[in-house]
Amino acid sequence: MHVATDHPAWTTPLAALDPSHPGLFQADEMWPYFARLRRDAPVHFAESPFFGPYWSVTTWKDIVQVELNPQAFSSDSGFGGISIRDRPKGLELPMFIAMDPPKHDEQRKVVQPIVAPGNLARLQDLIRARVCHILDGLPRGETFNWVEHVSIELTVQMLATLFDFPFEDRRKLSYWSDSATMIAGAGGHVDSEATREAIFAECLAYFTALWNQRVNAPPRPDLISMLAHGEATRGMTPREFLGNLILLIVGGNDTTRNSISGGVLFLHENPGEFAKLQANPALLDSAVPEIIRYQTPLAHMRRTALVDTELHGQRIRAGDKVVMWYISGNRDETAIEAPDRFLVDRKRARQHLSFGFGIHRCVGNRLAELQLRILWEEILRRFPRIEVVGEPKRVFSSFVHGYTDLPVRIPA
Amino acid sequence: MPLITYIEHNGREHKVEVPLGHSVMQGAVDNAIPGIDADCGGECACATCHVFVDPAWLGRTGTPDAQEKSMVSFASTAQANSRLACQIQVTAALDGLVVRMPEAQH
Ligand code: HEM
Ligand code: FES
Repeated sequence: MHVATDHPAWTTPLAALDPSHPGLFQADEMWPYFARLRRDAPVHFAESPFFGPYWSVTTWKDIVQVELNPQAFSSDSGFGGISIRDRPKGLELPMFIAMDPPKHDEQRKVVQPIVAPGNLARLQDLIRARVCHILDGLPRGETFNWVEHVSIELTVQMLATLFDFPFEDRRKLSYWSDSATMIAGAGGHVDSEATREAIFAECLAYFTALWNQRVNAPPRPDLISMLAHGEATRGMTPREFLGNLILLIVGGNDTTRNSISGGVLFLHENPGEFAKLQANPALLDSAVPEIIRYQTPLAHMRRTALVDTELHGQRIRAGDKVVMWYISGNRDETAIEAPDRFLVDRKRARQHLSFGFGIHRCVGNRLAELQLRILWEEILRRFPRIEVVGEPKRVFSSFVHGYTDLPVRIPA
Repeated sequence: MPLITYIEHNGREHKVEVPLGHSVMQGAVDNAIPGIDADCGGECACATCHVFVDPAWLGRTGTPDAQEKSMVSFASTAQANSRLACQIQVTAALDGLVVRMPEAQH
C-alpha cells in the first residue's frame, strides 16, 4: 500500500473522514481514503453532508460477511434501499434488488432464465454481429468519444434485445437509466426529484404499452414477457413494475458501459498488458474479470441494519446505514495480491467483489462478461491499438463508478 | 486419499485424489478441472461451484443448509441433486464420489 503521509487522506482525523463525497470519485481521488480506512478503521462511522450518517465497510472479509447476512442487513427499499443516497420519502421504488427474502427470491427467479445457458448461447451471434458493425463504423485517425460511440451504443442495443424493445427508440433506455442514477440538481438534466418522477412516468407509460401486448401473447424469452407471465410478478403494482424496470435498465446498462470504457483506459495505461493480450487472446479468460474488478462499476451497495449487531469490533445499531465499498474490497491487499496493478493474466481473476456476493449477486454477470469478451476479441482482431488522447471525464457519483467522456483515436 | 470423479458437461471425466478435509470445490480447483469457477473462494456466496451429485451418493454428502439452498435455487440449471461443491467436505466415506457439472456456472 502506498502511504503519502502528507496527503489529507492520511492526516485528517478518522472521525472527520468521509469517503462518500461524489466529488472524490469524479476527481478519481478516493483511493487513498479507502487505503487509510482499510488500514486504520476497516469498519468506520462518518457523517456525510449529502447522505447523513453511515458506516463504511472496506475490507473483503467484512464485505462478504455483510453480504451473507441478509437477516441482519436488509436491502429493503422501505429503509432506504441499496445505495447510500436514500430515496426521498414517499418516492420509494420497490424492486427486487431492494427487497429481502422471501419476496426477493420469488421475483428474482422470474427473470433468472434470461441468462440461462441456452439463452446466452442464443445471444452470442447477435452480440458479435453488433460489435463488428459498431467497430467497423468507427473513424480512423480521428478523435472521438469512446463512451458515446461504443460503450453506450453497444449496451443499449443489448438492453433493447433483452426487453424486445423497439430498436429505433433504444436511446430512450440510456436516457431513463441516466435519469434514474443522476444526482438531482448536480448540473445534469434531472434538476429535481419532480423532474425525475416526470421522466419515470414516461418510462412507465412506454413499458406499460409493451406489457399489455406481451401479457395477451404466449410467453417469450424477453424480460417484459417474463415479468408479465411470471407468477410472482404478474400482479405487481405499477410502482413495483417501474422499480423492477429501472433495476433491469440500470443494472444492465451503466455497469457494462463503464466496464467497456474502463478496459480501453486500463489497456492504454498498461501497454505491456495490451501486448500480452495481443500475443495471446486466450488471456481474455482472466482479462475480462480483471477489467471488471479494476473498474468496479458499482462502487458500493448499501444495507440497513435490522438488529443491533457487531462487525469487526464496531457496534452497529438497528436502523444504521451500512455501505459495502466494493471499490475498496477489490483493492484489499489481504485478499488480492498486488491489487493496485492491472494484470491481464492475474491468477484467480474471477475472485472479485464487483458483482456482489450472496443472494443479490448480479443476475447479469455472465451476460456482461460475454459482451466484454466478444468486444475485446473483435478489437484485438482489428486494431493494433486504441490511444486515449485526453483526460477521461468521470461521473459525479459515489455509486455509479464510470465515465462520461473518454477521448480516443484509432490510428489510421 | 479419497478418489473423486468429476464429469464435465461434455462427458469428459477427471478422477483425482482429494485430501481429507478439503472441499469438493477445492479438489476441482487444485487440479485445474474446468467447469467449476468458485468465484467467492468457498464462502457459499457465489454458486459458481454448482455440481450434481450422483444419486447413489446423495445419502453420504449430507444436506445443504439454508444459505446453500437459497443460492442454489437461483441457478436456472438447478435440479433436486444440486449442491455447491464448496459446501461438501471430503471424508473417507466419500471415497468414490461422482459429481457432474452443469452446462454453465452462474
Ligand atoms: C459489469 C457489469 C455489471 C456489474 C459490475 C454489476 C453489478 C451488480 C451488483 C454489485 C449487484 C448487487 C449485488 C449485491 O447486492 O450483492 C447487481 C445486481 C443485479 N444486477 Fe448486475 N451488474 C452488471 C451487469 C448486469 C447486467 C448486464 C444485468 C442485466 C441483465 C444486471 C442485472 C442485475 C440484477 C437484476 C441485479 C439484482 C439481483 C438481486 O437483487 O438478486 N447486471 N449487479
Ligand atoms: S465457491 Fe462460491 S459458492 Fe462455492
